[in-house]
Amino acid sequence: MSAIYILWLRELKRYTRSRAQIVASLGQPMLYLLVLGFGLGPVFARAGNGNYFQFVAPGVISMSVLFSSIFSGLGLLWDRQFGFLKETLVAPVPRIQIMIGRTLGGCTVAIIQGLLVTAISVIAGFRPSNYLAIPIALCFMLLIALVFAAVGVAIGSGLQDMQGFQLIMNFLVMPIFFLSGAMFPLADQKLPLRIATGIDPLSYGIDGLRSALLGTSFYGQFTDFVVLIALAAILMVFGAWRFSKIEI
Amino acid sequence: MIRVQNLVKTFGTFTAVNDVSFEVAEGEIFAFLGPNGAGKTTTIKMLTTLLKPTSGSIELDGLNPETKQNEVRRLFGIVFQDPSLDGDLTAEENMEIHGVLYHVPHKVRRHRTEELLKQFELWERRKDQVKKFSGGMKRRLEIARGFLHTPKILFLDEPTLGLDPQSRNQLWSHVKKVNEAEKVTVMLTTHYMDEADRVAHRVGVIDHGKLVAQGTPQQIKDQTKTESLEDAFLALTGSTIRDESAGSADQLRQFAKMWQGGKR
Repeated sequence: MSAIYILWLRELKRYTRSRAQIVASLGQPMLYLLVLGFGLGPVFARAGNGNYFQFVAPGVISMSVLFSSIFSGLGLLWDRQFGFLKETLVAPVPRIQIMIGRTLGGCTVAIIQGLLVTAISVIAGFRPSNYLAIPIALCFMLLIALVFAAVGVAIGSGLQDMQGFQLIMNFLVMPIFFLSGAMFPLADQKLPLRIATGIDPLSYGIDGLRSALLGTSFYGQFTDFVVLIALAAILMVFGAWRFSKIEI
Repeated sequence: MIRVQNLVKTFGTFTAVNDVSFEVAEGEIFAFLGPNGAGKTTTIKMLTTLLKPTSGSIELDGLNPETKQNEVRRLFGIVFQDPSLDGDLTAEENMEIHGVLYHVPHKVRRHRTEELLKQFELWERRKDQVKKFSGGMKRRLEIARGFLHTPKILFLDEPTLGLDPQSRNQLWSHVKKVNEAEKVTVMLTTHYMDEADRVAHRVGVIDHGKLVAQGTPQQIKDQTKTESLEDAFLALTGSTIRDESAGSADQLRQFAKMWQGGKR
């Protein structure tokens, strides 16, 4: 138990110490939020879909949780190269505990990051329709974080160098983001896109977050919840298995 | 304490460790010598559960590292050849994580951390992030950390690389002390033959993945009819210089230096 705690604490300390990185990681969400959010607003309104800024804010919040959590898992790559991973792998602690400690740390950081973006959105004019649903929104952020931290660990366990990282970024993380309905409504899409968005786990996360914050949902809050819980469980087991197989 | 039989490790078509067998008795200091890329580190990785052997058997205190990973990990401590510190944490925090991972009780941990950091002259800098340390200081911290818990077997993979003579002496006298006082079995690798000659009870020489000689330093010298262990080593392994291909780790470190101005 203490091993899980100390590794969780390590992730938090690393996060709070890299202030520059915190600011830097807010840059991209702010671009999406402020530029796209306000830029596409008039078109969106003319199409009769209402306020685009309200619509896109949960998407951008989810995006920051997605990036933050998947990178925490991929952080394995850095730890592998800079050696700290070895230190934890030869320690007399079951690897599952090491994986859990790291992952929970990564999730905590991802949620803090998500809350920061939420705060920025609110400052810029985002108004949740129901403040009582904020615990539910947090719950969805946590589920998104768990799912993608597990994906990150599963991939990071096998990743050896920086080229691999670029590959993951361009062929996994960005598609997950763009296909998730973060930027556009899922309703009334053509079949190929409907299938693609349907198999993207983040779609359910964002849909869940929207249902909590705005009260509108495409899949239904319950479906979102069940899909994410099931995926988180499966991916955690898979990530733990991959992590247990690491050789250096 | 350590028993290795017909150990083989292949990476694709390359055989890194080829049919190596040796034994290290309890309380013995065994030096594992060999040119770059001879298979020393690979062997140590297999002994310390970081790699699985292709074939052959390993026993540490009667336990197989492949099947009894956690029990085996409880037995040993290791100082790695390349850095394994967390640069974003302070010296003290690095010690703390190690202590927690190795189940060192809180009080003992505090006490030993202070003692070791003072001994390796890092106490004043204990609150500084490790990435601000010089290479030698990182090395010293790594060694201090290796001594935080008292293992039955201590692996030291080129521990003196990049250390000044003062720290080297400090290290070896500490190794000798724990070896004599607590009967810790030590397996070390080094490129400094005089160190091996001075510290080790027995040495094994490995080249191209094969163990070419083993015995006390005196036996090795007699066997090759040479005066010093260094001459004996050269007689056994020849004088050609070995190339080691730069691994992805080296490339990434280069990359990181480029981006972070070598902060880590």
